[in-house]
Amino acid sequence: MKVSGPALIVGDDINTDVIYPSKYLAVSDRAEQALHAFEGLGADWPAKVKAHPVLIAGWNFGCGSSREQGATAVLAAGVKLVVARSFSRIYMRNCINNGLAVVESDDLVSAAEPDGIVEADLVAGRAKVANRIIRFEPLPQHLIDIIHDGGLLARLKKG
Amino acid sequence: MRQTLAEKILSRASGAPARPGQFIEAAPDWTFLIDTSVRVILGHLAKIGLDKLPYPERVAVFYDHYAPADNVANATDHRNGRDFARHQGITRFYDVGTGISHQVVAEKGLVQPGQLAFNTDSHTTTLGGLSCFGTGLGAAEMAYVWATGRIWLRVPQTIRVVLKGQLRPLVDCKDVMLTLLGKLSSRAAIYRAVEFHGDAIQHLPMASRLTLCNMTTEMGAKVAFVPFDNVTQEHYRNLGIDVDGSLGQPDDGATYEKTVELDLGEVVPSVACPHTVDNVRPAQDVKAVPIHQAFLGTCTNGRLEDLRAAAKVMKGRTVAAGVRMIVTPASRDVFNAAMKEGIIADLSDSGCVITTPGCGACCGVHMGLLGDSEVCISSGSRNFLGRMGNPTSSVYVASPATVAASAVVGHVIDPRMLV
Ligand code: SF4
Repeated sequence: MKVSGPALIVGDDINTDVIYPSKYLAVSDRAEQALHAFEGLGADWPAKVKAHPVLIAGWNFGCGSSREQGATAVLAAGVKLVVARSFSRIYMRNCINNGLAVVESDDLVSAAEPDGIVEADLVAGRAKVANRIIRFEPLPQHLIDIIHDGGLLARLKKG
Repeated sequence: MRQTLAEKILSRASGAPARPGQFIEAAPDWTFLIDTSVRVILGHLAKIGLDKLPYPERVAVFYDHYAPADNVANATDHRNGRDFARHQGITRFYDVGTGISHQVVAEKGLVQPGQLAFNTDSHTTTLGGLSCFGTGLGAAEMAYVWATGRIWLRVPQTIRVVLKGQLRPLVDCKDVMLTLLGKLSSRAAIYRAVEFHGDAIQHLPMASRLTLCNMTTEMGAKVAFVPFDNVTQEHYRNLGIDVDGSLGQPDDGATYEKTVELDLGEVVPSVACPHTVDNVRPAQDVKAVPIHQAFLGTCTNGRLEDLRAAAKVMKGRTVAAGVRMIVTPASRDVFNAAMKEGIIADLSDSGCVITTPGCGACCGVHMGLLGDSEVCISSGSRNFLGRMGNPTSSVYVASPATVAASAVVGHVIDPRMLV
């Protein structure tokens, strides 16, 4: 599985109230959810998220509420990969289980530059950023399979 | 192999010895759903075409986050969830007014020590007070568990927290957890299990244990435990439920990733300042920040003991002019007990607003929202930017006594300054 695109960089301890404000919890349509992705950081953020298939975050990304919309809104906005120094566990599971690729790598986050192209090979555990090759621990194969199939439920349906 | 409680429970649930770092598949004993997940999970179930749940007897549903419903969309959601539960034969259905899921689970003795439970809510770690493995999930994953009865998990490393000594007056377990958060940070236990040990534990009632485990979520913990002891035994005896305590105890000599010690005698009333839960300062160092709202409630601190502590501080005093204080009992049982004890009348006499049991103002979806640039002091768990519904407002998180004292004077204050 390979993913590439320009990076959007966010900081540490970004919580799900910021990623997907609770006032939009009633929105079921994912395309509409995407219009509010990261709105907690400002009204211009949903457009920024949409323009960047790779999201680069600091420590403890996605902490807070278990709301799945934190992952599905980002996914619907077109994000293909989330890289963080560390993830909050529920957020990480929500990403994988909804088919959004995640990588936990301090080195990759440090190397990434705003709008710089990140090319990641999730199976090989290798990424190219700013002409450097960064290695990271790939996810176990069965989790990559879940992401590849578009999430746990898509996989279940496939049988 | 000598195991921590997390390892022990996951070994039983997966049918093979579970070691930290390993990925396993387990069969949960319980799966819980809260109202905010109803519309999402119904969408998922429709997509996978699952019409009949294979294990409805392992499911319970709780209406707590917007109960009673605050708008038509949420009311319809509630209605759809009721229809769904009836159709599926889910008999454990806790409707509007019963209370917050975690509190109701504890009160009804729904889970038992050593069991594995999941809830579509991040504060499911609360159940560790009952020596039960409880943790949060998203709705897609819950739909998968409902369809298959299985879940994938990574076995966590365990951090041992040893609590010694005794709490001083007007200091409680919320202050303990805020102190730990201040020392260790909100990332201290990401993907870890936390086990509470030490001499101090035996003196802590169930309510305090639930608070301890609840707040480990704010450290990133996957799960937390107070191992089974006399207090746990007493809790289940009062409910008339026989339990096997050994299932809720780690092995002697288990391996811990690290040990953290804290002397409770050194803990002072503490406050998490905006906008992170580990931005903690002693309450006496927070210089008279004026507040507009005080909120007493939540799965962290909305229990009888918490209402009692606040009422004691407020007795004979009233909420300051320009401040509103909202009191939301964590459950109907808490509400009823507080009424019998006269606590509700006392709080009302002091000028508090008493609301329906549930999550209330905690997460900014339902009521008690903050106006532009307003400040709230809350007995809840989180002070994230926009948590109470308005990104220009600020939330300070503190103990019930500190919340009550601050409501009386109109600014953040150490409750010991009042008496
Ligand atoms: S009281 Fe607050 S923290 Fe607890 S379950 Fe409800 S919204 Fe979540």
